[in-house]
Amino acid sequence: MIEVSNLTIRKWIDFLFQIVGLLILFLALVTLLSLILDLSTKGLHRIDWAFMTHFPSRFPERAGILSAWVGSLLVILLTSFFVIPLGIAAGIYLEEYAPKNFFSTFIELNIVNLAGIPSITFGLMALGFFVYTLNFGQSILTAGLTLSLLVLPIIIVTTREAIRTIPQTIREAAFGLGASRWQVIQHHVLPYSSGGILTGVIIALSRAIGETAPLITIGALTFIAFLPPNPLGTDQNFYDWIFSPFTVLPIQMFNWVSRPQSEFHVNAAATGLILLLLTLVLNAVAIFIRFRFRRRIKW
Amino acid sequence: MELAEVQVNAARPSSLAGVRNPFQKWRKLKEKIIELCLLTSAMTSVVVVFTILWILVSESIPFFQHVRLIDFLTDTEWTPLFEQAHYGILPLLCGTFLTTLIALSVAIPCGTMMALFLSEYATPFWRETLKPVLELLAAVPTVVYGYFALMTVTPLLQKLIPSLPGFNVLSAGIVMGVMIVPYVSSLTEDALRSVPNYLREGSMAMGASKAQTALRVLYPAAFSGISSAYILAISRALGETMVVSIAAGLKPNLTLNPLEPAATVTAFIVQVSQGDLPHGSIGFQSIYVAGLALLILTLVFNLFGFYLRRRFKETYD
Repeated sequence: MIEVSNLTIRKWIDFLFQIVGLLILFLALVTLLSLILDLSTKGLHRIDWAFMTHFPSRFPERAGILSAWVGSLLVILLTSFFVIPLGIAAGIYLEEYAPKNFFSTFIELNIVNLAGIPSITFGLMALGFFVYTLNFGQSILTAGLTLSLLVLPIIIVTTREAIRTIPQTIREAAFGLGASRWQVIQHHVLPYSSGGILTGVIIALSRAIGETAPLITIGALTFIAFLPPNPLGTDQNFYDWIFSPFTVLPIQMFNWVSRPQSEFHVNAAATGLILLLLTLVLNAVAIFIRFRFRRRIKW
Repeated sequence: MELAEVQVNAARPSSLAGVRNPFQKWRKLKEKIIELCLLTSAMTSVVVVFTILWILVSESIPFFQHVRLIDFLTDTEWTPLFEQAHYGILPLLCGTFLTTLIALSVAIPCGTMMALFLSEYATPFWRETLKPVLELLAAVPTVVYGYFALMTVTPLLQKLIPSLPGFNVLSAGIVMGVMIVPYVSSLTEDALRSVPNYLREGSMAMGASKAQTALRVLYPAAFSGISSAYILAISRALGETMVVSIAAGLKPNLTLNPLEPAATVTAFIVQVSQGDLPHGSIGFQSIYVAGLALLILTLVFNLFGFYLRRRFKETYD
């Protein structure tokens, strides 16, 4: 019998531990890659000009995603309009103004809670509040407001993190020259943290693009064969489009996945590929910006 | 922040205290207005949390005038839209717990191993490169994961288990697990990185190997932070909707067998919302009750996480 020393065994265990870690990491990357490849092989051939410019149809080969991508675009536009100023303002208040008292802790606790609430709960709230209490209807406006509240914590948290990295000396120097608190923020804090804030905004919007459940709950339609009214048309008000019914890319995809015919699954794969690439590109941009800013600014 | 107050006061000599400069007056007013606007923005989150609670509770109250609470908690069938309506939340909760359990048994071991590897074995270059790439896994829209579970993972699993039905909890759970791995690995890695180096050095000086150091010294030392990673993963899994509505089937099923189809609380809400239920009907109220149950469940786990974080908090100077 061969004597195996304790040390050898431990070295083997250590080696095995490392290999297992590497393997799991590799597996995760393979999953991501197979997700992309899977959707590409099934759906890439379906994406063409006609697919982008046709309305959904009973005939899978004639169906397209025109109403879905226009809907997604408008909803995201409205979401950015609400959430970007709101989130950044809240982040600034909590970092630069909020006194250390019970009230501030209370606000912070609420933001943490908000981030932990399941997304579908936001949809239920929106259905009860925006649709039935405020009578906004099952419209683009309701969708924009719902997604804004959903991604608000992301923007607040990243804004605060970005602001926190700015050294106190910068603020003190500006105050010393007689700047008011808002001037310090406007001329120093915001410009220096803009990279971090932008990263947060992009990540929040990419989350909003892919979000499905709350929009189903508020009653987004799955079959829409018309576009919202053109704001520049002559016989409508400029803001008519925000009250229009809508559908978005993830809901269109969900609808197609749920159908039994496999021709519709091809359409679903094509929509999924577009969604996936959209979110991956947005996230890559966010990572790039974060990387650039971290390099350029050294305190 | 108190500093600003001091300096603004210091800028005005006491002899001029009574003199009102119109420019300064305007500036002070402007500052006040801006602060008020920012405060209002920060208050939004408080308003939202309370609106959610108010809407969920107020829409659920009429439900309990129809259904006794004891039936709601003990009935083993959930068929609110049938002629013979039963309102037992247990089958939905069971589905939610089962999918969560499967997802966690994928995400927690894998995520923790990945974090240990990245923080203790990988070089800084690989760590900084792989971390954002892994986070992409969490950025993929959930509806895409649902498609992946139904169209790719289920057929693969059917090759291993031929009797597996097209809709099943297992494949939904596994895919959900993959989805939440980045939440676990990223936060766990942060927690491990914040453990001071002297603990690593001390352990190795005692003759421990890297694996022993990682598992017996660093993991317990970072457990406060790691527990919050786990809790975040749990709340994600509990609230996940699209993967289960697409791949797990929509049939409420009181079972612990992962090879059967089942519905979760979230899947039920989606299923009902797709139809056109009149506002105020019992079916409409039932989705609010389900939502309230889900919210309470999530809050309980978050409170438990808060307790864990406090209980295992280690402070280093």
